[in-house]
Amino acid sequence: MKPESKLLRLLDNGEFVVTAELGPPKSCDAELVEKKAEILKNYVDAVNITDNQTAIVRLSSLASAVLVQQKGVEAVLQMTCRDRNRIAIQSDILGACALGINNILCITGDHQSFGNHSQAKNVFDLDSVQLIYTVKQMRDEQKFLSGEEMKKAPAMFIGAAANPFAEPMDLRVIRLDKKVRAGAEFIQTQPVFDLEKFKLWMEKVRDRGLDEKTYIIAGVMPIRSVKMLKFMQAHVPGVAIPQVLVEEIENSPEPEKAGISFAVRMIEDLKKIKGVRGVHIMAVEWEKVIPEMVKKAGLLPRPS
Amino acid sequence: MIITQARPLEEITAIIKPYRKVAVLGCNTCAAVCYSGGEKEVGVLSGLLRLAQKKIGIELETFELCLERQCDDEFILTIKDKVDGVEAILSLACGGGVQKVAEKFPNLPVYPVLNTHFIGVNLEQGVWAEYCIGCGNCLLDLTGGICSLARCAKSLLNGPCGGSDKGKCEVNQENDCAWHLIYEKLNQTNRLELLEEIQPPRDWSSGRDGGPRKIKREDLSL
Repeated sequence: MKPESKLLRLLDNGEFVVTAELGPPKSCDAELVEKKAEILKNYVDAVNITDNQTAIVRLSSLASAVLVQQKGVEAVLQMTCRDRNRIAIQSDILGACALGINNILCITGDHQSFGNHSQAKNVFDLDSVQLIYTVKQMRDEQKFLSGEEMKKAPAMFIGAAANPFAEPMDLRVIRLDKKVRAGAEFIQTQPVFDLEKFKLWMEKVRDRGLDEKTYIIAGVMPIRSVKMLKFMQAHVPGVAIPQVLVEEIENSPEPEKAGISFAVRMIEDLKKIKGVRGVHIMAVEWEKVIPEMVKKAGLLPRPS
Repeated sequence: MIITQARPLEEITAIIKPYRKVAVLGCNTCAAVCYSGGEKEVGVLSGLLRLAQKKIGIELETFELCLERQCDDEFILTIKDKVDGVEAILSLACGGGVQKVAEKFPNLPVYPVLNTHFIGVNLEQGVWAEYCIGCGNCLLDLTGGICSLARCAKSLLNGPCGGSDKGKCEVNQENDCAWHLIYEKLNQTNRLELLEEIQPPRDWSSGRDGGPRKIKREDLSL
């Protein structure tokens, strides 16, 4: 069964897609999720809802995804392997589909030691490759992991993440290939700061023909301050911040504007790379700048 | 080997406060090899405990003993007469040994002196690392002899997470990324194709998730 996904339809039609990340709040404040959705509406094609990102407890990704869709914005449900075993994962996949969610991003999940409950027990019953395979089996074979059949299959458009920057690069490409073979139909990457390194990764991706088998959506992150840059450099694995970006932000009287301008140029450059089918904007707790970025990058109006 | 380490002394002195006569029981196998529960450690601990009790006005009598293994009945039974009259046994063994001794002396409280950490190996003098989680279903043939269940922070089966970078684990930069080690080993031995294979969801039931485990070998039963 084909997923009722606008994101899939646009990618199939050859549109250069725009997705964005939305982080739910550390409370049950539905209005906050809805406000963020309103900001992004008509500026992006789908919105990823993070799943207790960096192992910090937040409003659930599934509940937030439903809130976002009620505002008329298509959601991509992010699901990690950290907090659920295969019983809970399959149950949540069914639940998501029953509530009209048709895009899923399958990820391993940050280790709980980074978050605000570092004494928690982790799960990792499945890894992200196996999670992808699980969703595909449920959808295409109409079977649970146990082999038992189900009456109605969850029609999910299946995505996965990739980190093109962590080394060694060849190992990252092998891992991407596995994700694609397991059933990942779209890939959202870590934010690109180092364009040359990303181009090299894309070359390796194309060498394996992976760009023909999956839709690659490149990550972009607007930087607000030097402090944020330094944090990224220190805490996000493999992120290499080019000196030119550091200087641009440091020397600018308006660092936020400089950050947005760098991100917009990045989108324009990424668009030219063969095999890149869209951009995924991760504006951590700064979602309000996304409309301006999309506009400046010449990606408006968004197709319906 | 099972790697153990002494609990903080204050925890042990708090336990023995009510006692005047205790057996301090070492274990000559794993615990002795990792310098946590051999004869030497039994002697040192006994001295420290006597001193601690003296400070609160108690003349503590310690019976210093060491078994070849605390996880086997045949060795435990050899001390039956030697612990006559003691009020408690302090065991310097892994959790298995402590429990076995407790089973054999139902009328005595038996206390653990050590924390049991993992099945591991000695890396260098004074350094041990976890290498095995005792899952009951070995996968080392698929992973170049490096266990990702024990040595990857997320026990992944299909390669490194996005947090692995330049061979190091995101959780602790002092730790090597198990999948990086696997990649290097498979590369060196021309078996990289193993890394390309998708490993299906694992059957964890042979491990702790299947409930407490017991092995019964008919060929050895009397």
